[in-house]
Amino acid sequence: MKAKETKMKEIHSAPSKKGEIHPMENLLRMDRMPHIWCPSCGIGLAVTAFASALEKANMDPNMVSIVSGIGCTGRVAGYVKLDSFHTTHGRPIAFGTGIRVANPKIKVVVFSGDGDLIAIGGNHFIHAARRNIDMLVVCVNNFIYAMTGGQVAPTTPLAAYATTSPYGCVEPPFNIPYIADSSGAVYVARWTTLHVRRLINSLAEALQKKGFSVVEVISPCGMYYSRINKLGDGLDMMKFYHDNVEIRHGEDTKNLDIGFQTKIICGKFVDRERPSYMERYNQWLSGVKGGSRDEG
Amino acid sequence: MKADPKGVLTGSHTLTGNHACAEGAFAAGCRFLGLYPIVPSLEISERFLERAPEVGATFIQMEDEVSVLAAVLGASWTGKKSMTVTSGPGLSLMMEHLGLGIMLETPCVIVDIQRVGPALGMPGRPAQGDMMQARWGSHGDYEIIALSPSSPQEMFDYTIKAFNLSERYRIPVALMSDAYVAHLQEKVVIPPAEEIEIEPRRYYKGAKDKYLPFKRDKDFVPRMVNIGDGYKFHVTGLTHDDRGYPVMNEECQEYNVHPLVWKVRNYVDEIIEVQEAETEDAEVIIISYGATSRAALKAMEQARKSGVKVGSLRLVTVWPFPEKRVAELAKKVKAFVVPEMNFGQVVLEVERCSYGDTNTFFVSHGENGVENTDDLLSAIKQAVQADKVESGIIEFNKGV
Amino acid sequence: MKASPTDVLTGIYYIDGDVAAGYGALAAGCKLVAGYPITPSTEAFEAMCRRGPQVGTVFIQMEDEFGSISAVLGAVWSGVKSMTITSGPGYSLMMESIGFGAMLETPFVLLNIQRGGPSTGVPTKTGQADMMQSRWGSHGDYELIAISPDSPQEMFDYTIKAFNLAEKYRCPVMIMSDECVGHMTEKVVIPEADKIEIEPRRFYKGPPEEYLPFSPDPDLVPKIAKAGDGLGLYITGRVHDERGYPVKNEEFKAKYVRRLVDKIRLNKDKIIELKEESTDDADVVVVSYGISSRVAVKGVEIARQKGIKVGTLRLVTVWPFPDEKIIDLAKKVKAFVVPEINYGQIVFDVARCCHGQANVVLIPHGGAGVHNPLDISDAIESAAKEDKKIEGVVEFKTRLEKIVFERGLKIKE
Repeated sequence: MKAKETKMKEIHSAPSKKGEIHPMENLLRMDRMPHIWCPSCGIGLAVTAFASALEKANMDPNMVSIVSGIGCTGRVAGYVKLDSFHTTHGRPIAFGTGIRVANPKIKVVVFSGDGDLIAIGGNHFIHAARRNIDMLVVCVNNFIYAMTGGQVAPTTPLAAYATTSPYGCVEPPFNIPYIADSSGAVYVARWTTLHVRRLINSLAEALQKKGFSVVEVISPCGMYYSRINKLGDGLDMMKFYHDNVEIRHGEDTKNLDIGFQTKIICGKFVDRERPSYMERYNQWLSGVKGGSRDEG
Repeated sequence: MKADPKGVLTGSHTLTGNHACAEGAFAAGCRFLGLYPIVPSLEISERFLERAPEVGATFIQMEDEVSVLAAVLGASWTGKKSMTVTSGPGLSLMMEHLGLGIMLETPCVIVDIQRVGPALGMPGRPAQGDMMQARWGSHGDYEIIALSPSSPQEMFDYTIKAFNLSERYRIPVALMSDAYVAHLQEKVVIPPAEEIEIEPRRYYKGAKDKYLPFKRDKDFVPRMVNIGDGYKFHVTGLTHDDRGYPVMNEECQEYNVHPLVWKVRNYVDEIIEVQEAETEDAEVIIISYGATSRAALKAMEQARKSGVKVGSLRLVTVWPFPEKRVAELAKKVKAFVVPEMNFGQVVLEVERCSYGDTNTFFVSHGENGVENTDDLLSAIKQAVQADKVESGIIEFNKGV
Repeated sequence: MKASPTDVLTGIYYIDGDVAAGYGALAAGCKLVAGYPITPSTEAFEAMCRRGPQVGTVFIQMEDEFGSISAVLGAVWSGVKSMTITSGPGYSLMMESIGFGAMLETPFVLLNIQRGGPSTGVPTKTGQADMMQSRWGSHGDYELIAISPDSPQEMFDYTIKAFNLAEKYRCPVMIMSDECVGHMTEKVVIPEADKIEIEPRRFYKGPPEEYLPFSPDPDLVPKIAKAGDGLGLYITGRVHDERGYPVKNEEFKAKYVRRLVDKIRLNKDKIIELKEESTDDADVVVVSYGISSRVAVKGVEIARQKGIKVGTLRLVTVWPFPDEKIIDLAKKVKAFVVPEINYGQIVFDVARCCHGQANVVLIPHGGAGVHNPLDISDAIESAAKEDKKIEGVVEFKTRLEKIVFERGLKIKE
């Protein structure tokens, strides 16, 4: 153990050699490093997993566009080297719908947080799922509104503290996979930032899936959620995930509620086929007059 | 550049204002419509949807007006000229994304078929109560271009103009119509495609790795690219530098936002369009826009017949406001008479630009019908009889 | 009537403007606050969440700003005083409902802590660029009241005043603050409850069958009711008659929508509050509001040291705009100098009311900071020296503009 720790220390404290580059550099905006995320934050893990997934899925980065909303996770668009948009609060899915429908050759990835996508963006989330717009939604869930200072979110577990639930949260939280599933999403999975490899595989799968895909990524927030609720720092949260995550592929999404410091069920829950929005649109068009829109 | 013939329904037609607007959009090269149903703009969408397959355009009905403008902005970045249509309550919901469109400098057209407000108001009745909102409705500093058609032919023509201006200045442009013009049915002549001038998008054509999304040309307008062309650009609604990356300080705020304002303010002479009639010897000039211009021009004729020297200044572009011309005319006339279908909006700009040189009469127009000239003629009479310049706006009172 | 002792957190505090506004709302008797987190207003909402239960005020964080403002309107119609808190982007989202509130003559308070804009802008730094939006942001014709406090103490005092004005005129009242005042920490004295005047809601107390929800009193304001009074209220955003029922003709618009506008316009003198100083013999008058008026104090001091006769006019109420005051002063002074943290908003109304009698100079600032007092004193000096009448608003070129555009300062993050 001690030898391993010394080795890790060596690696991390060694000055980078000239010409050495980070393996993700072609997909990250290195001119904007260092990023703004706090120590203990899991968003960075989600971003690297996403970059790895892009490579694994053999996606042409020129044809992938990433859209974020507002929030800590909303800043992701600014660090990923794709055609990227940092838009308004709650509307990246709507913005992305415009991109996809106008040019179906572009793969749209919406990368945003639980507050942005499920609270203010909730309406657009369920409609895009209903329509089955071909896009991947990566929802980083840290159970709180972190960017604005730690307010309650619709995913904050019952009884947890936040600055706007100073006496404990009285609202039962949303179960994101359940909303996605019941609204019609064709791919729904949940992982934590601890399960990086599985997350990469899941994202790669979802990227290649046609239709509305949702991957929820449970992430620590050391600055607000775990600090206000006295849960330790990011590492403590990761240890918690290690001890309390149960992987159950194909589990009924009804059963995926997350309580305060309770078991978290992860896995791939939904993987089905439904005609996508553009498929139906083209069917209609070819039945009318004129041609169809090419779906990439 | 000339219009794409696929979108141009050349010929002489009888169309409603709304249908003419849809045809104007196609002629201008618009190939994406985001819509949310709201009276009285529905017919534009219906016409667009009907003709979309043969023109090769796409559309989507979103779940609310907020998402509609977001989708239109996204579509615009794929290279498609995009538009949305709405009315008062919908326009109010679009204010945040109007700001995003301004900040991302995204060309698009927002058609507002005004109805009586505030709130739900009277859905089918015309008004001009959103004019100030078009200018100031979103938060923060910006300038906007707004056009006001007064007939179905103008709905066609000005929609094309709106798209051209939005591409030229990389700015959302508002087409401020109203329920009356929208539903009026008149002759609309659509010329052959090669007679229609279209402003092409200002694209960046240089090296992919050297692209700076907000590096401005001399006229403060940056060059755009399309998603999927390999530029891997980043744009954000946060205050940003040339690279499009957020920078949170007052220098960058000045650097980013002041040009958004200069982009329009320094080019008002090229943007502003007004139509003057009989102003050289006029004692009273009617300043009008949109549907009220119909009554204004009629009133001018009728007044002239009875010997009163009345002229007309019609605002084709309402924003930016023609400050210089109004100031010039103010020195020559006894009074401006400003009819509007609201309780005083653009008339405040007329007051501002008169610099106290003339009287400004306001007529809250439309109570007896949009084309009725009774109130206007009485106001003109009052204006002619006034013997001194009053301070402030004089509101024409029917009872007096 | 006096404030309720249980609502008032009497004492001497050292708090920021946001929190002071929150305490002011509680003291005014606000019983429901619905909000949505947005920098830099969140502290106000959080303060009310913390203290709310102690004074019997309910708080709810809605899913977005639409939800917040809708909840506020609903709460008012259930009989309580209600408020929401937001900033630029959230404010833009609330526009439809503000118009709805104006149409229904719903008294409520909206606290806007302005930040750098447009769009997402600079969330953590100041701006004053929503001023015109507060007047014209919603569609259709309506009038409302907007107040601009310039210190945490004023945030407390004027929030109470905002509630009082809302009840008196049954209209939305905007507190147009900004991040600087919102995050400034100063001494705030919260007096005893019996020293705080509260305007009670003007409830209808007559027989139910005679109730007409929109039949105005002589001051053009109708008496209000609430759900649960047994009056069978019908409330709609459509243009409505005195019974609240939607109407179809233009003449009704002229009558009923007109009153919404006249309600404020004809009561202007009672609503407008200004703070004037040394304007009687001034050559130049500095017209300002909010944080800019505090920064202007220094600029004015420097100008006075140079012997220039400068007066100041602080707009405490920005809307309705004090037309008559500007018209009067314009006849006496050489120029108005208007420092605003925007590229020209209120200055246009100042220019409008000058009627060519005085020059108008705008000292702009994009936001994310406040004016340099030297810019203000320089602008005052050049305005005082200018003898020509100049049409239009003269835009003063600030030091910041020169640095950024002429010398080409590299933008460092």
